[in-house]
Amino acid sequence: MVQAPVLPRGFELPLEPRLPRIGSVDAVALEERAASLARRSIKREAKVFALELAVRMMDLTTLEGQDTPGKVAALASKAIRPDPSDLGIPSVAAICVYPNLVPAAVSRVKGSSVKVASVATAFPSGQSPLETKLDEVRWVVDHGADEVDMVIDRGAFLSGRYAKVYDEVVRVKEACGDTHLKVILEVAELGTYDNVRRASLLAMAAGADFIKTSTGKLPGAATLPVTLCMLEAIRDVREETGRMVGMKPAGGIRQAKQAVQYLVQLHETLGPEWLTPDLYRLGASSLLNDVLMQLRKEKTGAYQSPDYFTVD
Amino acid sequence: MTELERKQEYAPVPKDWTYAPAPEARDIVSLRERYGHFIGGEWVEPAETYATISPATEETLAEVGEATEAEVLAAVAAAREAFANGWSEISPAERAKYLFRIARILQERSREFAVLESLNGGKPIKESRDVDVPLAAAHFFYYAGWADKLEYAFPNRTPRPVGVAGQIIPWNFPLLMLAWKIAPALAAGNTVVLKPAETTPLSALHFCDILQQAELPPGVVNIVTGDGSTGAAIVKTDDVDKIAFTGSTEVGKAIQRELAGSGKRLTLELGGKAANIIFDDAALDQAVEGIVNGIYFNQGHVCCAGSRLLVQESIYEPVVEKLKRRLTTLRVGDPLDKNTDVGAINSKQQLDKIKELVASGEEEGAEIYQPPCRLPEKGYWFVPTVFTNVAQSYRIAQEEIFGPVLSILTFRTPEEAVEKANNTPYGLSAGVWTEKGSRILWMAERLRAGVVWANTYNRFDPSSPFGGYKESGFGREGGRHGLEPYLEFDGGDGSRG
Repeated sequence: MVQAPVLPRGFELPLEPRLPRIGSVDAVALEERAASLARRSIKREAKVFALELAVRMMDLTTLEGQDTPGKVAALASKAIRPDPSDLGIPSVAAICVYPNLVPAAVSRVKGSSVKVASVATAFPSGQSPLETKLDEVRWVVDHGADEVDMVIDRGAFLSGRYAKVYDEVVRVKEACGDTHLKVILEVAELGTYDNVRRASLLAMAAGADFIKTSTGKLPGAATLPVTLCMLEAIRDVREETGRMVGMKPAGGIRQAKQAVQYLVQLHETLGPEWLTPDLYRLGASSLLNDVLMQLRKEKTGAYQSPDYFTVD
Repeated sequence: MTELERKQEYAPVPKDWTYAPAPEARDIVSLRERYGHFIGGEWVEPAETYATISPATEETLAEVGEATEAEVLAAVAAAREAFANGWSEISPAERAKYLFRIARILQERSREFAVLESLNGGKPIKESRDVDVPLAAAHFFYYAGWADKLEYAFPNRTPRPVGVAGQIIPWNFPLLMLAWKIAPALAAGNTVVLKPAETTPLSALHFCDILQQAELPPGVVNIVTGDGSTGAAIVKTDDVDKIAFTGSTEVGKAIQRELAGSGKRLTLELGGKAANIIFDDAALDQAVEGIVNGIYFNQGHVCCAGSRLLVQESIYEPVVEKLKRRLTTLRVGDPLDKNTDVGAINSKQQLDKIKELVASGEEEGAEIYQPPCRLPEKGYWFVPTVFTNVAQSYRIAQEEIFGPVLSILTFRTPEEAVEKANNTPYGLSAGVWTEKGSRILWMAERLRAGVVWANTYNRFDPSSPFGGYKESGFGREGGRHGLEPYLEFDGGDGSRG
């Protein structure tokens, strides 16, 4: 049984060793730093490195009301072999689906390196009773999901009930067992970088293996500055506790060029240790083909029509 | 999984991500073998020349003129002639037209000037591309706007041009300092003799092409190159009405002595030893970026560089840790590479000065930190350096190093921060990092510095006046204030009032 956490106002978190202070974030300077990192010029072999890494780190996602086992099967094929004409292109990290599609996804990717991630906890709003959320988590874990992407209760967070948010993450983590837990902050609803930092620290304190920007269901999903803000919180946790938490920007990343910018930011903020799918994911539904197109261009010197890349 | 999918190859995850070189193409600049002086709208063959080099490679880029007294006098005479016969009398809107033209041509040729600036001065191309050249163009645009509105800038004071301005600029921002000097002078209706720094004459010389392209009347701007003796010749010339100097405090003092009693006007923008003050409630990661920008921007060759870091003692450790980690990601090297953060030291002479001061810091007992860093073999380089355990009395806390060297001191209370920040002969700039608005205002009232930045550093805008207290000089450049030194008024303002 999880003990009820005792949190004073402003939440001094009861974890050992101590956690970083909540502190604050200067929006202007954060955005400037993110913009300056985005201006790095990544060419030739450095670009190929980044693009291949982006493929390895991708959570290929379909989260639609119209998803079917057939659609998920097609996505799984793409995930395992992104470019049938170039077997040198690695598989993506995972496919990300709704709970009902987990069994179909699991059976389709079995034997490959591709993992199955499922959203849960009343995705995308998180506005359901805790017991319902926990049942959902247990269900997807029982059906073989490797990773759970939960959403925090933004209603609770924005009304200052941090303990409720914290408690929910702790309970979900418990329900996950060994299954990896990604905690979605839905930054577009948090409103300020200060809140993003606060929610990041709260999620990590409660046991998140990954923190993730967005559900992808709202405009204004992942941005470079908001991701940088979360990376800095991750860095502070590493510094204070030694724990390495993963990061997943999701939503709005559609072009290979953006993927490279995200990886540069990761590289120069958390260092080469984080350049692995174990600690960084890119949540995207339409990014993969642009990355494949850029990779083929780097290899052949010419762009090919989008018709030469499968739409799954 | 299908049979085919089983054949999917799994290449091992590569380990190290090294950015491939991303050099900006040099061929956009056509360097001439030899440059003369630009006098009366024409190139004049110089009597003597010297070689100007690239500090990153030590290669000779071109031969440039070493102006003699006679050549300086010819330039001043051309400026006087242009002032008397036309420039001071054409309509202000016409003057604005030329300044707008110059600004636009500079924008059009911005890549060329960015490369030139990095080539001759050693600064990273990302800075010359994103800061120096756009800001220089912005200054011309800004002062073009004032040219026909001087009556509104100074109502009821009947502003008139001063005459011929002699302008001597430094090597740290060659083109930008040229813009700071020439734009307000021309907007106010003066003519100009300008001398760029000995080590960085090329952007000023190529700027003469822009003047010709803009069809600026001959003699309105004259550019002579040379070393300190050329500058001294400009200062001594009787027919110059005003001297504007940006450079070292030592030379500034000598100029002031020389001009005493001459009736010539003078503005000086000299050295600095700015305090960058970090309070415990600051946004730390952004403050660390501000520290880095404050001292490593342009290799620390910045008069307003935040070279003294004052950190509140309660956050000293995390700030120093974060700063050291950040230093390991700075990319030092080829100034023309688009990913370079810190370029070459401008000259051998400056490198020697930095080395001497850094050695003194170690001798006096400060603790040095330098990130692991491979420097190019040729050229002038210095690793970004941090000193901790620095006492207020050490030379590295007192003297201007003008290089990528930061001295860290601590304070306990806001009063102590102010006292330490002001305890310097200089007073050009300061930085304050805190999330508390009232404290920013409290500090700004007490810091004796011409510029106080809050939660940012090294931010410039043409509309904002810039200049120093105490040994950092006097007079302001930028904004409406920047026009004043180039104008005479009715009624008791200025030496000839």
